[in-house]
Amino acid sequence: MTDTTDARGSSTAWQPSTLELERRAFRKRQTGRSVLVSALSTIVLAGLLAWALIGSPGWAQVQQTFFDPTVALASLPRILEGLWLNIQVLVGASVGVVIVALLLATLRTLRGPVFFPLRALAAGYTDLFRGMPLIIVLYLIGYGVPGLDFFPRVPVAVLGTIALILTYSAYVSEVFRAGIEAVHPSQRLAARSLGLSHGQTMRRIVLPQAFRKVTPALMNDFVAMQKDVGLISVLGAVDAVRAAQIETAHYFNFTPYVVAGLLFVLLAWPMIRLTDWLSARMRAREQVGSIV
Amino acid sequence: MNAPSASVTEPVLRLRGVRRAFGDHVVLDGIDLDVAAHEVVALVGASGSGKSTLLRTINLIEQVDDGEILLRGEEVSDPRVDADGVRARIGVVFQHYNLFPHLSVLDNVTLASRLVHRVPRAEAERRGLELLASIGLADFARAFPDRLSGGQQQRAAIVRAIATGPELLLLDEVTSALDPELVGEVLALVRSLADGGTTIVMATHEMAFAREVADRVVFLDAGRIIEDAPARQFFEAPREERTREFLARFLAG
Repeated sequence: MTDTTDARGSSTAWQPSTLELERRAFRKRQTGRSVLVSALSTIVLAGLLAWALIGSPGWAQVQQTFFDPTVALASLPRILEGLWLNIQVLVGASVGVVIVALLLATLRTLRGPVFFPLRALAAGYTDLFRGMPLIIVLYLIGYGVPGLDFFPRVPVAVLGTIALILTYSAYVSEVFRAGIEAVHPSQRLAARSLGLSHGQTMRRIVLPQAFRKVTPALMNDFVAMQKDVGLISVLGAVDAVRAAQIETAHYFNFTPYVVAGLLFVLLAWPMIRLTDWLSARMRAREQVGSIV
Repeated sequence: MNAPSASVTEPVLRLRGVRRAFGDHVVLDGIDLDVAAHEVVALVGASGSGKSTLLRTINLIEQVDDGEILLRGEEVSDPRVDADGVRARIGVVFQHYNLFPHLSVLDNVTLASRLVHRVPRAEAERRGLELLASIGLADFARAFPDRLSGGQQQRAAIVRAIATGPELLLLDEVTSALDPELVGEVLALVRSLADGGTTIVMATHEMAFAREVADRVVFLDAGRIIEDAPARQFFEAPREERTREFLARFLAG
């Protein structure tokens, strides 16, 4: 190594030229300037907002009823207890949604006249549950299913989970279907040419690639569901929202709602950041070599 | 063509009056073709002459509208035939390699052995590594295909196609998507397969290669076989006027 560099010239290591050094200095100045500008504008904007809020005539009243630290602290244990139910429902619903959505998406990609009824059924299902408001599905399942008197008492949290699965699997199945269709037909062709059956091709070739393509979209739906689990409170399940409602009535103060809301944000935050990071990374991978 | 010898050893592939049309557009218009064991047949012709469609019908990816396809005497164009089973007996290599990007190179090569031919994983991988070593890609066995150059990917795709020991290998313009400097390594691999006795039908634009490696050259134009001759005769003394025109155009660039 050193022999060749010595043969070519006196320097053993590359040194940036004066031209490059000048460019770097310029870029550094530019970066410094933009950081300063954005910091200043953030401070100004935040200051204006705070001034408008605190300076408003009703601020003292609002602060007392929405941001009371003692009430917040007192209501926290109950709300956390409720949040634990939300988390359980979330986990159950996520697993259910993935299974049902995968099934639906696969049904919709089946070809051949034999599968027409299944295809039509899956299409009808996604149309119905994508159109119907979640809260109505919750009412129908939460109050309708117990009315059937088929099963012994089912906890409302379970009924809420079922309603969430029904609604979200319709959305997620469409995401899966988009992913399946985004896998290039030549992949299917190659797999079938090797003698793999339709099912093997789906399982081994198409679905793994489809999953990768739709991961950011799936995570986004997960974040949406994360906060919609709060809606099971309308069925009377004592989750974080319901607990906050009870505490609000107890203290005659809205602070517990703010606490519950912040807890939901905290719960969703890691997933939101992860989704953004993953999307950015995928975007960067697809645009290797370009500056924009 | 030579009926006596055909009755002695059955051709690996026999096409009789194969027709395929997309709407009004007739892509294959009555193709008759026999391919004997260990024979290398090159399909040449302009783009859109039906070469690729012909390969796809042989592999039952494309359905025939008429005529029959026989694989070792068995009529595989019969809709009652298990198409997956037939495809498992035929290897295919595509213009754009079509390796599976989410699987390692070794998994690409062993997938069909494991899933279709039910070879135990250890045995399939031993054979796969052997094949990869034979083309100098043993070091890439655990890598994903996007780490490989185009030529390496295409060679891996060829090895994937032959890993299960198919009775017939179909090559569809396997060098057309490659940078010129990568064509040689792929052609060398095809040449060694041909020398090793693999029965090959290849659609190609590489005339020099067809001349060197193919036993027979079949010239297709507008879905018909215009000329089917031994390679040497095809290039040196083509019988048909249209073949001469085609070759003249090719040599002119």
